[in-house]
Amino acid sequence: MSEHHLRTPLHKKDIIKLRAGDIVYLSGIIYTARDEAHLRILEMTGSGKPLPFNLDGAAIYHCGPLIIPDKEGWKIIAAGPTTSARMIDMTPALLDSYSVRAIIGKGGMKDIAPVLKDNCVYLAYTGGCAALAVDMVKEVKGVHFQDLGMPEAVWVLEVDNFGPLIVGVDAKGKDLYAEVIRQAEKSLTKVS
Amino acid sequence: MNRIDSRSVTNAVEEIIKQAETRLSDDVIQALEKASDSETDPTAKSQLNAILKNITIAGANNIPMCQDTGIMVFFVEIGRDIFLDFDLDLAILQGVRQATISVPLRPNAVEPLTRKNSGDNTGDGLPDINYSFTAGNTIKITVAPKGAGSENMSTHTMLRPSQTDQVKPFIVESVLKAGGMPCPPIIVGVGIGGSFDKSARLAKRALLRDLGQMDEYELEILTAINTLGIGPMGLGGSTTALAVHVEKAHCHTASLPVAVNIQCWANRHASVTLEVEHE
Repeated sequence: MSEHHLRTPLHKKDIIKLRAGDIVYLSGIIYTARDEAHLRILEMTGSGKPLPFNLDGAAIYHCGPLIIPDKEGWKIIAAGPTTSARMIDMTPALLDSYSVRAIIGKGGMKDIAPVLKDNCVYLAYTGGCAALAVDMVKEVKGVHFQDLGMPEAVWVLEVDNFGPLIVGVDAKGKDLYAEVIRQAEKSLTKVS
Repeated sequence: MNRIDSRSVTNAVEEIIKQAETRLSDDVIQALEKASDSETDPTAKSQLNAILKNITIAGANNIPMCQDTGIMVFFVEIGRDIFLDFDLDLAILQGVRQATISVPLRPNAVEPLTRKNSGDNTGDGLPDINYSFTAGNTIKITVAPKGAGSENMSTHTMLRPSQTDQVKPFIVESVLKAGGMPCPPIIVGVGIGGSFDKSARLAKRALLRDLGQMDEYELEILTAINTLGIGPMGLGGSTTALAVHVEKAHCHTASLPVAVNIQCWANRHASVTLEVEHE
């Protein structure tokens, strides 16, 4: 289990060396995106419209933050991860169109390892740790798709050593969550 | 004269929401600390330590511990001796509106099919308020903000009366299916008996209990759950659940309803007791 400090935009060489179980601290820009933002991105892509942000080398954060307007722009109150499983169906198309290099979320994504292989990693940020996350957000740089509502909009966050992030699924096809569930299923037959 | 008025209920509701969102009760914190001490898996330990650090930061800065500030579920115990001359539902709802701005809360309430957000955490049937009567001249209001990550992993089944031995496997399998998604370590609220809907309500009420008081049946289920090795956030470890709380009610002889309400580590709830004096 080794520790890595990475900066966005991420390159293939940055993420290919990560192994499931490693710890990552990420600096730079991360984009929040959950259900509605994924739908919007895929719709725009489908109809050939350019996105108002650049997802190449990007880190996407499954997060619906709590942010309020203030004099200088935006004040972030809470920004923990949301359940990544809800984005499973939309992720293959997203990764087909853009070179997203890291997906940050919680709970893992069933059968995602082949989709990520050689291109992207899944990083687990501790669920519910929204106050801790705020400590690592330097600035809210902007917002897109604000019509989707606060949780569903795409927020551009500048972060500093955001983590600890656990590599849940690496780019070599190893899925920590799947291993844990396989073990759990074996244990279940023993207890029942 | 009635010393309690609508305004004081509203303000008290705003206050307990703030408390619940920013601070966890000691029993939950102690359970998390104990788990962190006993975990040997470094990944599991890192997750528990992040949670504990997060709780400290939220409390120190008076900010919500989780961005999913939940939907507001209330349990209100009304003393039989009191007389109310205002709309209690409305007073509580106003408290939710105020808290949405002052805490602040994330606007989470949407119309179920259009998905249009009401913007203030209220709507048809929201907040969810459950009333019961008790002796005396007080109103006790408890708020339990409920996040969706864990709520979405909750399960329900109507077992056959001959399947009492299937209750335990159903609960443990529910936790297994949920994996890392409900933000473990979780608290498992179980409702057994009653009716289809009552079992779910029992399960939700079970989450209000202080951690640490479990009977043999509950401990047996807890042990089975923690044997799974799902661990904090589903990344492996020996702490999948902190507690299992079972509430039961008599049910129809032909029924065996079982509901499992899953709660993330942020087992948020806070109460206030308002005393009413008559003259």
